[in-house]
Amino acid sequence: MGILTIFSTLRRHKITALLIVLEIALTCAIVCNAVFLISQRLHRMDMPGGVAEHELVQVQVAAIGAQTDAKGRSLEDLAALRRIPGVKSVALVNQLPFTGSSSNSSIELSPTQTQPTLNATLYEGMDVLQTFGTRLVAGRYLRPDEYVWREDIRRDPSLLSRAPGVVITRALGERLWPGESALGKTIYLGNEIGVRVVGVVESLIRPSLSRGDNTAQWSIVVPLRDTAGSGASYVLRSASDDRQRVIKAAVAVLRKLDPKRVITEQRTLDDARADFFQGDRAMTGLLFGVIVALLLVTALGIVGLASFWVAQRRRMIGVRRALGATRGNILHYFQTENFLLATLGIALGMVLAYAINLFLMLHYELPRLPGIYFPVGAIALWLIGQLAVLGPALRAAAVPPVVATRSV
Amino acid sequence: MFAYYLDLALRSLKRNKVLTALMVLSIALGIGASMTTLTVLHVLSGDPLPGRSAHIFYPQIDPRDMNGYQPNGEPADQVTWIDGTNLLRAHRADRQALMTGGAVPIQPTNASIDPFYVDARYTTADFFPMFAVPFEYGAPWNAVDDGSSARVAVISRQLNDRLFGGKDSVGRTLRVNDADLRIVGVLDTWRPNPHFYDLYQGTYAENEDVFVPLSVMQDLKLSHGGSTDCWGKGPGLQADMKTASCTWLQLWVELDTPAKVAAYKQFLLNYAQAQHAQGRFQRPPDVRLRDVMQWLEFRQVVPGDVRLQTWLAFGFLLVCLVNTVGLMLAKFLRRSGEIGVRRALGAARRAVFAQLLVEAGIVGMAGGTFGLLLALVGLWLVRRQPADYAKLAHLDPAMLLVTFALAVGATLLAGLLPAWRACRVAPALQLKGN
Repeated sequence: MGILTIFSTLRRHKITALLIVLEIALTCAIVCNAVFLISQRLHRMDMPGGVAEHELVQVQVAAIGAQTDAKGRSLEDLAALRRIPGVKSVALVNQLPFTGSSSNSSIELSPTQTQPTLNATLYEGMDVLQTFGTRLVAGRYLRPDEYVWREDIRRDPSLLSRAPGVVITRALGERLWPGESALGKTIYLGNEIGVRVVGVVESLIRPSLSRGDNTAQWSIVVPLRDTAGSGASYVLRSASDDRQRVIKAAVAVLRKLDPKRVITEQRTLDDARADFFQGDRAMTGLLFGVIVALLLVTALGIVGLASFWVAQRRRMIGVRRALGATRGNILHYFQTENFLLATLGIALGMVLAYAINLFLMLHYELPRLPGIYFPVGAIALWLIGQLAVLGPALRAAAVPPVVATRSV
Repeated sequence: MFAYYLDLALRSLKRNKVLTALMVLSIALGIGASMTTLTVLHVLSGDPLPGRSAHIFYPQIDPRDMNGYQPNGEPADQVTWIDGTNLLRAHRADRQALMTGGAVPIQPTNASIDPFYVDARYTTADFFPMFAVPFEYGAPWNAVDDGSSARVAVISRQLNDRLFGGKDSVGRTLRVNDADLRIVGVLDTWRPNPHFYDLYQGTYAENEDVFVPLSVMQDLKLSHGGSTDCWGKGPGLQADMKTASCTWLQLWVELDTPAKVAAYKQFLLNYAQAQHAQGRFQRPPDVRLRDVMQWLEFRQVVPGDVRLQTWLAFGFLLVCLVNTVGLMLAKFLRRSGEIGVRRALGAARRAVFAQLLVEAGIVGMAGGTFGLLLALVGLWLVRRQPADYAKLAHLDPAMLLVTFALAVGATLLAGLLPAWRACRVAPALQLKGN
C-alpha cells in the first residue's frame, strides 16, 4: 500500500482534501506568526533598564500654592529621606525608567548643523546614577559641584555654559561615534548648549519608548537639579525586602515635613515596569489564547473529516481486511494519508506565513520571521494532525473484514 | 415549504450531534473572537462628536525655526501662546477656543477629605458651546469672563458628586491651588471618545474634572501637562510660556459651511505668510485645517495592537470557516442516499439546495448565539485589561446585529459549496448503490 495508492484515493475526494490542506496551511501561517509575535513581546518586556530595579522606589509629591523656598524644601526632604533606616541612597530626579513621561532634546554634533542627529532623553538630578545603580564603563559620574539648579538657569541662562559635562549610555556613544570612545567628545543640546561627555554607563533606558524601541537606550544625564513639586520624584534605594517599609516611611517623612502637599505617586520600580509593559503582557496572553484555539479548531476539524472518511470507506476497509490487510496496515494508511495532507498544508502554510510576515513588517515595524519558526510550526502541525487522526484511524482499524460481505 | 425544510434540517442536525456540535463550536469561536476585536475597534475609532465633528477643525501652522526642517513635512501639532491668541482674537471662525491641559490640586473645605489632584482643562469660553458639552447645573462662563480673568470654574459631575454629594453646587467655592474659584456650572455625563481635543493627555483619557479659563491658569500659575515642543533654547529653560518659542496649546475652531472652511484656510495661510514676512516664522508657510475625524485619522489614534488583534481574529474566523466548510461537506455528502431519494421522488435540485442552505443557516444562528456569548465574555476580559480604552469595550445594538449577520452570512457562504456538491448527486446512482 504505497503513497501512490493514497494519492489516487485522495483524487476522488479532492475538495475535502483541499479543505484540510487549506485549514492546516492557514493555521500554520497564523501560528508561526503568532509565536513570533509572542517571542517579540517577551523579548520587549525583558528589555534591560540598566538600573537596580528590584531595589528602587519612587515617591512623587506635588505642591499646593506658591512655593517660597523650593530649593530649601527639597534639600530638607532629601536629608530627612536619607535618615530613614535601610535607605542606601536618595535622589530627586526629573524622570525615572518605565514611568512614561519624559524630557527629551534633539542632539547635534556641531552647533551649525540644521538637521538634528537624533533625539535623546535628559535625566536630571544629583546622585541620580549612583541611586539608580547604573554600571559605569568609562570615565566618571557627575560631581556635586558640577550641578546647577534648574530654577537658577531659568533666571540666568548663562549658568548653563558652566555645565561642564554629561554622562551618556554606551549605546548612544556607539550611535554618535561608531567605533570610537565617547569620552571627551562634545555634543550639542538643541543646537546651542555644547556639553562634553565625561562618563559612559553600560545601560539606562528612556522613560518612554514612544520614539521606537531602537532608541530605548539613548539617554543623557545632565548636571541639572530640579526642585520637588514640579513633576520631579524622589527615588530611594534600599534592600529589596525593605522597599514597602521604605515607601511608607518616606511618605510619612514627606507629609510631616510639609503637610500641605499631595503624594501623587508611590510605588516600586518593579510595579512601574509591570505597568509599563501591561499592553505587551495582555497581547501575549491573547496571542497564546488564539494559538491554542486555532490548534484546537484545526484538530477538531481533522477529527470530523477523518471520521467522515472512515465512515464513507467502511466498505473499502472491510474489503482490504478481507483480502489480508492487517489492522496495522489500515491504521498506517490513515496516518500516512494525514501526514501527506499535513505536509502539503505545511508547505503552503510556510509561503502564507512568509506573506503574513511581510505584511506585518510593512505595517507594524516587525523584523523578518527567523527561519527557526518554520520547522517549529511544521512539527507542531504534524503532531496535531497525527493526534487528531489517531482516533478515527483506530476506529477504521477496528472495522471487521465481515463488513465486505454485507451490502451496506 | 420553509417550515418543512426547517424540520428536515433540525432532524438532520440531531442525527449527527457530534458533527453539528463541532460546526457550531467552530463558528462560535470564530465569531466570538472576531466580534470581540471588531467591537473594540469600532468603539476606538468612533466619532467623538456625532453630527458635529465635520464642522470642528484643528488649524495647524508652523512657527518653528529651520533646525530640523524637512520639505513636505507636517506643520507643528500645537500652537504657541502668541499664535494661539492672535488667531483667537481674529475671530474668523464661527467659534474658536484655545486650550491646554494640566493637573490642579483641589483643597476641599470639608477637612475630612485630604487635598487631591485632578486633571484640569484650561480653555477659553467657546469650548462648551463648540463641543456641545451638556450641563447638569449652571452654564459655562463667557468671553467677558475670559477677558477679565474671572475666577470661575466648571466641574465634572464626578467631582460634584465627590465634593458636594451631587447637589447643585453653582455659586459654591472651589479651592484650587490656594485660590478660590466660583463654580458656575456642573457638567452632565460627557465622555467623548477618543479624547480628541488633546490627545497628549492619553488618547482615550477620561475627561477633565475641572475647567478653568485659560487666563486664570496664567494668573494662578496652574501646572501645565501634556506635550510641550520647544526650539531654540533647550526644553524647559524658557521661563515665560507666553513668549517662549514652544508649542503647547491646542486651537479648535467651528466652521459651519464649506465656504467658511475655504476662507479660514486662506486666512491661516495669509497669517503664516505675514508672520514669515515679519521674520517670526522661518519655515515656508505651510498650514493644515483638518476636521475632527481627519485629525484622528492623521494621528492614528487606534492603537496598533488593536488593529493587529482584529487581523488576527479575522484570520482565526477564516480558519473556522474553512473548517466549517469541510465539516458541512462531510455532513451533506453523507446524506447522499437521502438526497437521492428526495431527488428521485421529484424534488428539484433547487429545492434540495434550499433545504441544505436552511440547515447551514441554522448552524449559523446557533453559532452566532454562542459566538455572541463568547464575544460578551471576550469583551469582559478586555474590560479587565488595564489599558485606558479598556473600559469602553461594550457591545452596542449595531454590533449585536453585525454579529448575527456575520455569523449567518459566513455560515451560508460556507454552506454554498457543500450544498452545491450535495444537490448534484445523481439520484439513480444513489438508489442503486443502496
